[in-house]
Amino acid sequence: MCVTDRLPDHPQTQAKPALRAAAEERTMKTEPGPQVAAAPHASAHRTPGPGVSEPPALLVDGVTKVFRKGGGLLRRLRRNGAAPAARPVVAVDNVSLHVPRGEIFGLLGPNGTGKSTLIRLMSTLLLPDSGTVRVFGFDVERDEFRVKQLINRVSVEASFFKKLSPMENLMYAARLYRVDTRYARRRIVEILALLELQERNIWSPMEDMSRGMQQKVAIARAFLTAPVLLLLDEPTTGLDPHGKRAVQAFVRDIRDHHDTTVLLTTHDMLEADALCDRVAIIDSGHIVALDTPANLKGLAPRVNGHEATLEDVFLTVTGRELRRESEPSHDSGT
Amino acid sequence: MTAVHSELKASYAFVERNINLVKRYWGWELVWIAYTIANSLAVVLIASGINAAIDHNALTRAQESRLVLFLTVGALVWHYLAVVFEVVSDMISWERWEGTIEYTFMAPVRRATHMVGTTLFSLVYGLVHTAVILAVIVVAFDLDMANANYAAAAVVLVVGSLSLVGIGIMGAVLPLLYPERGSQMTHVIQATLVLVSGVYVVPAALPEPLRTLSAFSPATYVLGGIRAALLDGAGLDQMWRTVVGLLCVGLVLVPAGVWVFGRAERYAKRTGRLKRSG
Repeated sequence: MCVTDRLPDHPQTQAKPALRAAAEERTMKTEPGPQVAAAPHASAHRTPGPGVSEPPALLVDGVTKVFRKGGGLLRRLRRNGAAPAARPVVAVDNVSLHVPRGEIFGLLGPNGTGKSTLIRLMSTLLLPDSGTVRVFGFDVERDEFRVKQLINRVSVEASFFKKLSPMENLMYAARLYRVDTRYARRRIVEILALLELQERNIWSPMEDMSRGMQQKVAIARAFLTAPVLLLLDEPTTGLDPHGKRAVQAFVRDIRDHHDTTVLLTTHDMLEADALCDRVAIIDSGHIVALDTPANLKGLAPRVNGHEATLEDVFLTVTGRELRRESEPSHDSGT
Repeated sequence: MTAVHSELKASYAFVERNINLVKRYWGWELVWIAYTIANSLAVVLIASGINAAIDHNALTRAQESRLVLFLTVGALVWHYLAVVFEVVSDMISWERWEGTIEYTFMAPVRRATHMVGTTLFSLVYGLVHTAVILAVIVVAFDLDMANANYAAAAVVLVVGSLSLVGIGIMGAVLPLLYPERGSQMTHVIQATLVLVSGVYVVPAALPEPLRTLSAFSPATYVLGGIRAALLDGAGLDQMWRTVVGLLCVGLVLVPAGVWVFGRAERYAKRTGRLKRSG
């Protein structure tokens, strides 16, 4: 059963998929001021006029990001300025991607291969050294504020004020995203109930909750703010099978019923296979393969007559095993 | 106007969040207020104990009373300014401690809106804290406030807060750029201000080069103005130069702070410093 099928009845949700109604309702309930609907391109991408080509949900064009390690001011002073410059670490190397609206796009690779860096570049938290990232036609560097209005992110760390309750944390998010506060209070309770969070937990500090419960609140935060591009950075890492299934159901629902484009990073092959329309395999900052899961499986030889898995594909295209490298499960964040 | 209203409403997110944090950390708030009361009382007690320490006739009763008031104003005003500075400069540290910095910086909120919310909270929080300490001091000491010009003192305090907000925003750059120790580095700014601004001494009595440095600290003029208003009953007509000067410095320091912060934020995004928790 689809999780959104259980949304409480609402006059506007009758005869409509519940999440779409929620998104429309949120748009109506958002306060005046700069917001998604107000952005000319943003509204254009929702209903392109005749003959108008819609910009892709996400366009990454030749992006490179290099970090410099070990070049602190004190170290340089100690070396009398004679030491070599900081060691460059190439996190993302000339990556290009094109994600059309409504797609669930998977970015697959072990820890430290540049997945999280790419997500941070898309979410305006990092600036590219070269190349461009565009969200529905908006450049993340030049149109930063517009991009922020269109995106939200769920990451491997739930990232909340731990002493505050889910209600307090989500109200904070609602105010930042200009969601009407009366509407938000009601919706938070509804969404968390939908995600099977017990009502008493809504008012208790986040620090008293398990990681799985905190991750549900993180998903509720993304849901509340109704992004049109949702960036999911290993959202199921560390969750039990039940929690994983709940997150995966949410991802499908938000795409199917809410017109949201989803970019998902993971090192879970089964998850990528089950959820994604297309998958890019990333290794050492490069995209080494990009296609539908079915076509990617064709890249690896069949084993004992069985179809290859995405893990076999990863081994074939990189020459390395994914599972062994991803077992520590703590993303190094590069 | 609608856009301004929307930004102001968004800035309330930070006020409400910080009020919620204060409520949730109420135990720590009690400890903090007890600590600041003890500190303030210890400073003011210097005045009432000075005769016993040196010579029973060193100060007349009137002189002793004036010294009590002088130190009280120093303790209270400095506490208020320090709280404003600390809350503003901690706006990044809090996010680092909680691991929420990426979420706040990813939200569609202008940094100026973020700063307005944090500043509003800092002013209210500073005033409440200072009022509690003042109440305790009033009970503990017989303060002679017969000449006090409260309105003039309030104007100087409000106008003077602007400068500290500007310096606080610049201080917030340190935890932005130095995730591990940036918060502690802001204490250096605070310690320097308390040393040179004549918090517990008249600036003229400071040794060189501290006396020269005191001329560059806005806190020197805030303290001087409030002391003139509360101890000597000076009105705004006598202190207009101080008020206008503080206003001008505040109007320069706040945008300068926002500009410096903007540059630092860009540098942090270029070098990947937003991601670490510190």
